[in-house]
Amino acid sequence: MAKFTFVGGVHPHDGKELSKNKPIKEFWPTGEMVYPLSQHIGAPAKAIVAKGDQVLRGQKIAEAGGFVSAPIYASASGTVKAIEPRRVATGDMVMSIVLDNDGKFEAVETEEVTRNVDELTREEIIDAIKEAGVVGMGGAGFPTHVKLSPKDPNKIDYVIANCAECEPYLTSDYRRMLEAPEELIGGLKVQLKLFPNATAIIGIEDNKMDCVELMKKLTANEPRILVKTLRTKYPQGGERQLIYATTKRRLNSKMLPADVGCVVNNMDSMTAIYQAVVHNKPLIERIVTVTGDAIKEPQNFRVPIGTNYEELIDAAGGFTTDPEKVISGGPMMGFSLFELKIPTTKTSSSILCFEKDEVSKLEPSACINCGRCSEACPSRIMPGILADLADHHREEEFVKRDGLECIECGCCSYVCPAKKPLTQSIKSMRKIMLAKRKK
Amino acid sequence: MSALKKVSSNPHVRSKVTTTSIMLAVIISLLPATGFGIYNFGWQRTVPILIVTIGSCVLTEYIYEKALKKRVTVGDLSAVVTGLLLALNLPPTAPLWMCVIGGVFAILVVKMLFGGIGQNFMNPALGARCFLLISFTSLMTNFEVDGFTGATPLAALKAGETVNVYNMVIGKCAGTIGETSMVAIVIGACFLILTGIIDLRIPGTYIASFVIFVGLFGGKGFDASFLSAHLAGGGLMLGAFFMATDYVTRPITRNGQYVFGILLGILTGIFRIFGASAEGVSYAIIIGNLLVPLIEKITYPKSFGKGMEKSA
Repeated sequence: MAKFTFVGGVHPHDGKELSKNKPIKEFWPTGEMVYPLSQHIGAPAKAIVAKGDQVLRGQKIAEAGGFVSAPIYASASGTVKAIEPRRVATGDMVMSIVLDNDGKFEAVETEEVTRNVDELTREEIIDAIKEAGVVGMGGAGFPTHVKLSPKDPNKIDYVIANCAECEPYLTSDYRRMLEAPEELIGGLKVQLKLFPNATAIIGIEDNKMDCVELMKKLTANEPRILVKTLRTKYPQGGERQLIYATTKRRLNSKMLPADVGCVVNNMDSMTAIYQAVVHNKPLIERIVTVTGDAIKEPQNFRVPIGTNYEELIDAAGGFTTDPEKVISGGPMMGFSLFELKIPTTKTSSSILCFEKDEVSKLEPSACINCGRCSEACPSRIMPGILADLADHHREEEFVKRDGLECIECGCCSYVCPAKKPLTQSIKSMRKIMLAKRKK
Repeated sequence: MSALKKVSSNPHVRSKVTTTSIMLAVIISLLPATGFGIYNFGWQRTVPILIVTIGSCVLTEYIYEKALKKRVTVGDLSAVVTGLLLALNLPPTAPLWMCVIGGVFAILVVKMLFGGIGQNFMNPALGARCFLLISFTSLMTNFEVDGFTGATPLAALKAGETVNVYNMVIGKCAGTIGETSMVAIVIGACFLILTGIIDLRIPGTYIASFVIFVGLFGGKGFDASFLSAHLAGGGLMLGAFFMATDYVTRPITRNGQYVFGILLGILTGIFRIFGASAEGVSYAIIIGNLLVPLIEKITYPKSFGKGMEKSA
């Protein structure tokens, strides 16, 4: 069978065996809940509750702050304790609604509904997704309703479900695919309704063949849904890589997937779309993998958004030894945390705890020009040269040599035998240049 | 939380390949050729040359870095690789003082004065070999070892004599310590290719373009025994697999590597066929090294999706 892939990439130790066979476990937090108002790309949400207010599970507590924004819902019941800046996984302080969780999880009274997608109009579907606060749950957090509103819906040829889960150690998408595959397919059908000329593609890496088989079986009678097996390679789930692997279409940093007739959504977002449109349920939970060699019992949890990371780690049996490094997200693109009082957000896919921190002890040495970074680079640029330009602040040359095409996947730093922090140099320079461009 | 955790920029995992592990692999891959050289020319002659050359390279780097209060980098084994390659490029009759001069020149002049590892503009071992070849021509071309005639197969070939191709492939002939055995070199090269240290882009294009050049201009057409004598003779194999592929001094761009390989093939052909000397690999490679910045400039790759237009 043909396997779909891209050029470049790396094969880090995948570590998925730690949590792969652990079924998703419900987790009900007891501590305070924190809802950062900025859990997505775009304008922060605006709080519509005040200190002292009583809120219920499923109640909207912040509304979208613009078109590119998303509302936020309470995932527990209790009293609003404060609206104040709190630390999030990226290390920033973000204005957040803090809820004193009463532990009852009293929900807003709503009727259980099951809507028929075929009877809904385009506007109703987009509105439902927008209202539910659905964003890209793979990490970037781009509001999904914006993604689903291209200029011309008829020009979308492919709706791609990103089920690659190429980051090592992460198993949340895998478990969800196995345990609730009909929700993924339901989410795809919603999008097929939005884009009448589109074919849906489910892209799954070949280290999850059980999911491939399952999806193939379930979509056997769906002519508009294809399942494509992807080669297991990081970053197969990168948006541009996935589009190329499944459709052979290429796009650069200045383009959006819609420019090449594609819409890509993460596995978890797909489920959220389904819940929002079919069952009219807001996004208040997600699946989080708690894993790593410092965790006693690695698990996949269904977690109310807002739950503190410390509680989740305790729920996974706590630490075997005090970890040197804790990462929010995967090891390749996640954020390392210096403290654990961090709330779960819409984009938290995993908490990864390593006994040893192999990176901070490394001493970078001189580049020997081996070229491994450029072989691994999925954007086909020259990370070694670009990092050097970045370190010397040669901005013009950096842009001329396509430094802005970097997707910050980390492959170059991963392979570098001189252990140079190439990604870090390029990333910092990109930030500066992109900020300048906006001015 | 009592203690703060360590933070760093992504990625938080790294591959196990290090500069040292790469250098170690290169050393291991050179062992068959080294072993054959020792067997072929006798340990009494070759082992002292190997030890003195490698020792002088490592020591030069160490003393230089100590004297300038820089971080000592001899642990990365790159000086050992340079020393070993230089020794393999010396005749078995080389006097030890010459080995010392070669080692010091390779490390001090070609490598350290230009900024140390990663900064040298030409292959240090080849730079030193060419320096010695110009300075001590007769000593560097004295291949007279007991049981052998003085002439290398390539020199004999140039003089129009017939050569025993079988012996050349095995390595039972005159030459520098490490270059004679095609079999031993290819075994080492296979190891490097299988471990992903080098690929066939440069050696492949180098050897192919050289064969075509010799076939066209060698005067004997595509005669199999003539071509294989040229392939097995002299430093072509050692040069193509171990010197032309030197990371620091070859182009980093993929297309540049093809250009580089073809350039080396043509240059080697020109030197061997039209030049005064029978051999031309060393000069071809160091001239190629000097052209690397230019090659990289004209072969800078196209990034993924470059030139694609927004549709709407």
